[in-house]
Formats: sequence, C-alpha cells, structure tokens
Amino acid sequence: MTALSLTVPRVSARLRGWRVRPGLVLGVAFLVLLVIAAIAPALLTSHDPLEISTDGAFLPPGGDHLLGTDQSGRDILARMVHGARSSLVMGLGATAIGVTVGAAVGLLAGLANRFVEGALMRLVDVTLSVPDLLMALVVIALLGTGTVNALFAVAFASIPYYARMLRAQTHVVRRATYVEAATALGLPRWTVIRRHVLPNAFKPLIVLATIGIGNAIGAGASLSFLGLGTKPPAPEWGNMLSLGIQYISNDWTMVAIPGLAITLTVLSVTVVGRDLKRRSEGRAV
Amino acid sequence: MSDVIPLVEVDNLRAGFAARPTAVDGVSFTLHRGECLALVGESGSGKSVTARTLVGLTGAGSTVRADRLRFDGEDVLGLPERRWRRIRGARVGFVLQDALSSLDPLRPVGREIAEPLRLHTPLSGRARRARVLELLAAVGVPEPELRAGQYPHQLSGGLRQRALIASAIAAGPELLIADEPTTALDVTIQAQILALLNELKTGDTSMLIVSHDLSVVARLADRVAVMRDGRIVEEGPTEQVLGDPRHEYTKALLAAVPASHAKGTRLSSAALVPQHRLREEGEGILRERPSLKRVAATATDEPVIEARDLVKSFLGSDKVARTVVGGVSFDLHAGETLGIVGESGSGKTTTARIVLGLETPDSGTVTLHGRRWDALSPAERRAERRRLQVVYQDPLSSFDPRYTVERIIGEAVAVTGLTGTARRDRTVELLDLVSLDAGYLRRRPLELSGGQRQRVAIARALAPEPEVIVCDEPVSALDVSVQAQILDLLADLQEGLGVAYLFISHDLGVIHHVSDRVLVMRDGLVVESGDVGQIFTDPQHEYTRALLGAVSTLSTAK
Amino acid sequence: MRHLKRIAIRLAAGIGVLWGAATLSFLALHATAGDAALATVAGDGANPTQAVLDRVRADYGLDLPLHRQYLNYLGKLLTGDLGESYQQRIAVTKAIGGQLGETVQLAVSAAVVAVVLAVGVAVLTAGRRRWIRSATSGAELVLTSFPTFVLGLVLLIVFSFQAGWFPVSGNGGVEALVLPTLTLALPIAATLSQVLRTELEEVLEQPFILTARSRGMREAAVRLGHALRHALIQIVTMSGFVIGGLLGGAVITETLFVRRGVGQLMLTATTTKDVPLVLGVVLLAATVYVVVNLLVDIVYGLVDPRVVTA
Repeated sequence: MTALSLTVPRVSARLRGWRVRPGLVLGVAFLVLLVIAAIAPALLTSHDPLEISTDGAFLPPGGDHLLGTDQSGRDILARMVHGARSSLVMGLGATAIGVTVGAAVGLLAGLANRFVEGALMRLVDVTLSVPDLLMALVVIALLGTGTVNALFAVAFASIPYYARMLRAQTHVVRRATYVEAATALGLPRWTVIRRHVLPNAFKPLIVLATIGIGNAIGAGASLSFLGLGTKPPAPEWGNMLSLGIQYISNDWTMVAIPGLAITLTVLSVTVVGRDLKRRSEGRAV
Repeated sequence: MSDVIPLVEVDNLRAGFAARPTAVDGVSFTLHRGECLALVGESGSGKSVTARTLVGLTGAGSTVRADRLRFDGEDVLGLPERRWRRIRGARVGFVLQDALSSLDPLRPVGREIAEPLRLHTPLSGRARRARVLELLAAVGVPEPELRAGQYPHQLSGGLRQRALIASAIAAGPELLIADEPTTALDVTIQAQILALLNELKTGDTSMLIVSHDLSVVARLADRVAVMRDGRIVEEGPTEQVLGDPRHEYTKALLAAVPASHAKGTRLSSAALVPQHRLREEGEGILRERPSLKRVAATATDEPVIEARDLVKSFLGSDKVARTVVGGVSFDLHAGETLGIVGESGSGKTTTARIVLGLETPDSGTVTLHGRRWDALSPAERRAERRRLQVVYQDPLSSFDPRYTVERIIGEAVAVTGLTGTARRDRTVELLDLVSLDAGYLRRRPLELSGGQRQRVAIARALAPEPEVIVCDEPVSALDVSVQAQILDLLADLQEGLGVAYLFISHDLGVIHHVSDRVLVMRDGLVVESGDVGQIFTDPQHEYTRALLGAVSTLSTAK
Repeated sequence: MRHLKRIAIRLAAGIGVLWGAATLSFLALHATAGDAALATVAGDGANPTQAVLDRVRADYGLDLPLHRQYLNYLGKLLTGDLGESYQQRIAVTKAIGGQLGETVQLAVSAAVVAVVLAVGVAVLTAGRRRWIRSATSGAELVLTSFPTFVLGLVLLIVFSFQAGWFPVSGNGGVEALVLPTLTLALPIAATLSQVLRTELEEVLEQPFILTARSRGMREAAVRLGHALRHALIQIVTMSGFVIGGLLGGAVITETLFVRRGVGQLMLTATTTKDVPLVLGVVLLAATVYVVVNLLVDIVYGLVDPRVVTA
C-alpha cells in the first residue's frame, strides 16, 4: 500500500541532510575551539595558568587580563584555556573506558548462553539500582580523591548503561530479518555476527557514546566542584567554580565564566550527538 | 430530484500538505441520501484525504480549497472547529482500518462506543449504557454485556471492527465514512463485516467507502469513482465501471487483479505505471524478460523437497504450548509453484521456516533431494542452504540497513564463489534480470520504492542459483499495479530459469494466479490440497468452500 | 491473579537486586576492613601491638572465615544494622536517620515540581506550531545540559544575590526550600517533558486519536482523555532515571545550598573514606529504587490493561 508514496523523498532527503543548522554550527565551532585549547593552549593565551600576577587579585575583565584575575591574582583566561584539556580528557577518557568495558559486558551477554547472560545482566541491574553520582562517590571512597580516580569513578558509573544498551541492541539485531536472510545464504554463524550483527548493534552505541561524552564532562566537573576530583591550584573548571563561590557575593564573574564554559561544552556535545542520532536513525534533520 | 439537496456536494476540491501539495487535485462528486459511493484507488491517489475533508480532519499543516464543499446544503469549507465538532460523530460517522489501532487500547470498548453519545446526546449515563448494549447487539457482537467491559486487545479482529462501527453509528449519523474498513481482516471476517455494512446501508444512511480493493467496492457501492494522482478518472454506476470500464486506467487496474486470470496471463500494463515512474525508470519495468539460461534441472518425478508430518509448537506467554503446525506433508517438484493459502495463524509461515531450515520441527522431516535436513552436519547444512532461497513480505527489513544494493546482491553472489569483477558483472546481470539497471547499484534500500525493493530481494534470492525460492507473502504490502509487475516478473523467471516456488499468501486471488498446486491450511493443519483448478472450481472441504465463498470475485459480485 | 503473579515476580527480582547490592557492599567493606581495624585503635602516631590488633579484629569478627563474615553481615542487614561509621562512631542507620527528613522533603517536593512541570509543558506544546516546539525544546536542551551545580549557581546569583528573594543557604523554612527544589527539579523536568512530548506527538498521530476527533471531541479532551494516559506510561518507566536524578542531585544541591541532609552526609563520608556510611547511603538508594520500581509496576498494571490480560 505504501509503495508509491515512498519513491518521492530520495534527492530531497539528502539535500535536507546538508541544510545548515545554526545551533549545530555553533556547537561544532565551540568544540573546535576547545580542541585547540586542549592541544595548543599557547595559541589562545600567553599567560601561565599558575603564575601569580603582580597586577593583583580580583582584577575585573579587561586590559592585559581579558577575563580578569582570581583571588590569588592568576589570569582567569589562562586558567580557562588550560582547563579545557582536563575537561576533554575527562569526557573522552571516561567515555572510552565506560564504552569499552560496557560493550564487552553487553556483547558477552548478548551472544553468550542464557546462564552467562542472566548472571551478567543481574549484575548490571544491581549497579543500575544505584544513581550514577552515588556510584562514582563509592569508587572515590574506595580509591581516594584525585583526577585519575575521578575519571575512573565517572567511567565506572557509566558502564552498566552501555552494557545494557549493547545487549538489548544485540538481541534486536540478532532477530532481524536481514540476519536471517544472511543465514539463509549459508554463511557461517560467525561471519553473520561479524558482518551484520556487530556493526548494526554498535552503531547506536557510538551515537549514544557521543552524547555520553557531554555527560562525563559534566560529571567530572561536578566531582571537582565537590572537591573530589582535580584539586586547585591545577586549572580545572569545576574547582575554579567551587573556589569562586566563596567570593560570589562580591564578584560573580569568577563563578559565571567556568559555569558558562561547562554548560556550553555539554550543550555543544549534546547538540552534535543528537544530530548524529537523528542522521543515524534516518530521520529528516 | 433537482429540488432535493444532496447530502454531500464536492466541486473542484483541492487539498494538500507541504510535502504533497496536490494530494487532491480537483475532485468533484455528489452523494445523495441513502446512496453508497466508493472512492477507489491505489496508495497516493488522494482517496483518504478526500474523505477526510468531509469531517475537517485533514490534519495540521494541510490546506483545503474548493469551489464548493457542502454537507446537507451547508458550506463547510473553512468551518470553525466548534461547528465542525457538532457535525463530527453526530452527523458523520468515521470508521478506519484496523480497529486494534483505531480504538483506544487503554479503554474498554463500551466507553469508546459511549463517547459519541456523551458528546452529542442528552442521554444519562444509565441510558447511554443501555444504548451501548443495543448498539453492540445491532452490529452482531454476541454477549454485549461482557464485551462492553473488555479492551480492544481482548476482542478478535472481527469483533473489534464491529465495535468500531458501533461507535461510529452510535449517535445516528446521516453519513458513514469507512476508510479501508476490511483491509486488515482475514477473508472470512472481511465477508462478515461487508455483510454488516450492507445491512447498515439498507437504512437511509449514506455511505462513503474508501478502498484499494475492487472486490470490496463491488459488494457495497452503488456508484464508484476511480481515483488516480488526486483526480477522479472515471465515475459511474458500479456495474458499469467494473463491468464495462471506459478509462484506460480502470481497465488496466481491473486486468491487474490476479483473481480473474489463470496462470500465465500477464497482469501489468503501461497504463498502470504512474507518469513520474515511467520517466524515472523508463519502459524497462514492463519489458519482456530476455531469454534466460535455465539453471535448475528440468522437471523430473523426484521431488526437490519432501516435507513429512511436520509438527511445531511454541510456548505462549502463558507458558502453555500452542501447536502452530500440526502434521503437514507435501512435495515440491522442480519448476513448479506450490501455493500455501490460509488465514492469519494458520501456520503457513512457520511451515516455510521449517522448510528453509530456520526452524527445527518438533517432529517430522524435510528432505532435500533425498537428504534429510536434520541428518546434515552444520557445515553440510550451510552448503545446502543456497539451494533454497527466500523472499519476504517486507524486503526493507531483510536488507542490512548499511548496505547498498550492490553489496546486498553481491553478498549473495559471493556464495557461488565469484569475486572481483566477475562478482560485479553477475550482480549487474541479476539486476537486469529483475529489470533494474546498473544505476541502482549504489542506492540504499531506503532510497527505493516498495516495488524496486522487492525486485532487489528477488535478485538476491536468485544470486546463489537456487532450485527453490520460498515466497512469504511477497506482494501483500504492494499496490495492485506493483503487485502485478512483481507477479509477472516471478512468472517470467520461473519460465526462464525453471526455479520452483513455495508461494505463501493469504490472498486467494494471488494463489489462484500463481500456483500449479495448492495447500489450504487452517489452524496448523492442511485441510485440503490438490491441483489449482480442482481446488478453485471443485473444493472438497467445507473450509475451502467458506474461504472461496467469502471472496467476492469481481465477476460474480452483485 | 496474573497481576499478583507479575508483581510477585518483580518483587523477587527486586529482592535479588538488593541482595546483589548487599553482596557488593560486603566485598567493598571487606577490601577496606584492614584499614577499619587499624583506624579504630590507631590514632595519629599510635603504634598498636599485634595483640591489640588481633583483639580488635576479633571484635569486628574479622578473624572468622569469609563466608561466616558474609552471613553475619547479611544477618545484621536484615535486622537493620548497617554497621558503625568509622568517623562518627555511631550506628550508620542513626547517622542517616538524623539527616533523612530534610532530604526526603527536598526530593519529594522536587519530584512533584518536576512531574507537574513536565506534564504541563508537554501537553501544552505537543504538536503545536513549529516555533513553539522549537523554543520549548531549545529551553529543554539548555536545561538538560546545565550541570546541576551550575544551574543552582545561576538561580542563586539571579534570585538570591541580585533579586534577594530567597535565602542563600540553610534549612530554615519554605523560602529556603524554593531554590534547591528548582535546582533539583528543572533538569529532571526538562528530560521528562522531552520524552513526554515526543511520546504525545507519536500518540497524537495514532488512528484512535483520529477516531476520537472524528467523534467531535474537543482538542483538550482528546489530549487529556486519550493521549496523555498513553504518554504517561512512558514517564512511569522513567522512574529509575528520576530517582537517580533526585538522589545524585541531592548531593550537589545540598552542598551548594549548604543544607543538612543525606547528600551532605554522603559527601563528607566519601571525603573521609568512611566506607560503612557511604555503603549505607548506597544501600538506602538501592532500596528506594527497588521499592519505587515495584510501586511503578503495580501502577503500570492499573494504567495499561494490556500488561495484565494480554
């Protein structure tokens, strides 16, 4: 019944896919800026993020210090630029670990026999019953505070989500008609899994992981804000914000600048991630 | 007659959406009281949109214009919502396809039927309840008390459709619009619903039927309007339009219905192909097939497949085993078509999956050229699989969504051991066999029409040079004109290549057209089998007779 | 009958999850228990003899074989004994109990605000004009991207420091609850309303909605009477996400607004490596999760007849 109506949108769908969306462009631009800051911070600022300036503390934005100085007289712009790296490392590192371990668990559960699957998924259920942040706090309570431990904590809390998603996806794909069609061609089981099941099961996971990077950056900043992650004076947006709060009644820019940076980062990653998701689902963008 | 105001007057109606600005492109018709008019056409012809303009429900973002759009003498073009609400349900009832999705699944059907009464009548809650029971009884629902309290998913398809009709006629509308009212139903149920609608028609209710199915229309309508590309191409009394059509398109459409033709006659014709597709694909889709080299052995007495006493049961959600296939046996010889026909739940698809070796029977055997499936080692079984291929109802879901047409067919060609350019040449050759040119190699399935997808699926099935292709409802999702092309293609391929088909369908017309021999299945059992001529002209089993009786072939209708 | 059976199965699964959580807690405690014995006797610089250490180990039951320790631990849990806090030297249950009221108040008010906001926004904006939907989904996107502490700070700067409407911190009275509640509720509301609106828009395309409209129903009645119930089923299945958001968010919100509560307790315990207390809070969170999911399952069966009778 739908045969005729489906012939239409071939060319137009492609064209629409390339339509420029201002939100997406801004998001990508901001992320490019972040990557530059992370790789080559010297391109964006000439100040040392740890150097205590002789110009004084609490300088307002402007002049030599574009965003002013903090309570110790350190250049805020330099601290922001240098802080980008720890945010990106947190986002990419934690997501990479979470996806890798989660995917391994999920794939094992999705392809193994019912006993192994049952055991793994009950374990996932148990970890899912504890909110992410509390799970991260448990890891920190056991391992101790610090940048690396915070990264592990964020990664650990994300594992069950990726595991559950990949297992569900593996199940869906394994029952798909195209997998059956490949079986009917007489292809060996592992060829079918390698050629059709894995790529199609992983596709949505990759998209989900993109959005997960944003969440991991936010979670990492939260831990630093709580004093559990990267400690001052190392430049990190979460701890800059946490320090700024002490002076919030006099000068809220010290809070607003890192707050804005964190939000824009998470927002940009989410916008890009969702766009990828829409494309991968074949929806009109 | 001229001083009687027609119930519905439509003149030069144009309606559309952003994506389809001319969905309805100048439609005019008149519907008198007590009359039944049918709008017939394939998908995209604009018939549903036309019907929806009469209740003001063409949806958000649509535009409706007309020189005249009147209901009972009142101009309803651009009527405000508030006034529309007094017409909808009260004066015009609306029945949609598939009551499972057209009734709110979270409400008992009694409440759904009572809703128009609550909106449009002053009846008290108690009186409404009594009226609901009356209505259910009137549409032939047994035990109305019990049924009124049940949810749609607890009712059978037929009872659901009756309940939906009851809710549409609850407030006593003068016009009943039925959009594909029997499409999702099994043939026997379909016949019952048509009988019910015919009963309703005998009152002074007017009816507007929207359908793609000419046999439904033949049974109900006084007059027929044939639609194509948003226009009415032919309108007249039912007997005349279906019996002695004037317009080329109507003639072609009637000729494309497989029921009325024996195996071997061609169904498709140029008049059926939409103009834009002829432009896009050229005349190729209608051309005669080139001479084909036969890959399968010529017919011998030894069957390719022998199925013996196949039994298969599944555990239901309630942990009770349900026997889906209960002892099915048949032979399939080289180069012939064995049709399996049955209603939903008859076990025909499970039988096919057992034959393909995708499902293991609880008992019974499938023998392929004298070798039993279950006696083969996994490696031997894999090697045998290429001799049996399959074409599904929904080709899109049978393609890896990441693959292009070239990779889809190429993967199947690789099974024969071809690589590199040889593989590519063979892929192009296969595409040519199904009348698609090499330009389609780089397309993805989503970029193809339904008919093109089914062609690619057939090309893939042919790639390993199989002796048997299992066709599981291969044309059920297609429009009549596309169905005609695919059935012609399958016939050509069989003639040229000598491939055998195990052809599964719920559609008796299609089965009649394609089969040499037929298996009639019901509740997992074969109730009757035999030569196609014998089954259709001299059915022995009561159920086969009931099935055939339920199908109103166009020639016998009215 | 089937309804009861379904709930019984879910109950068993819930107990299984709690048992699993308890087992993991035991393993975590065991891994750090050496520190515990030492921490009890060793103040700064003290150098306890082996005999003293052994006695402490015996006191804690650490000299028993592992499976006995495990059974002891489970037995104590069943009687509501979560052990003793390393730092506060009081029972974990007591430490949590003293803070629970404030957090429950905050979480419940935030949950109510979030659900009411989400349902309201979604019902009003689903399937409306393009610009209304774009504006709402843009606002939702920004809200979900705000890390909780940044959102809280924005609210603080605007409503406390600039406008001066609400107190900056503390537990005193209703005014002090407004900003923390919003901080906790807004991101949850934004996510819920996104899901709810998508779901509503899908439901509004269903044939039974067309049927309802063709009966002459008002748009508002169609949305509230038919569509909303279907969409709410989706929301019900997101209860796990809501609980996670509330409990995780409570840690940050309470820290930011300097409120007493379980979240603060958890943070302090984490910083001081007070493992029994940390695990106590985690077990509490898991229990809340299991109980709420069980309630949701019961509600689900009532809302959707297909679950029970299909």
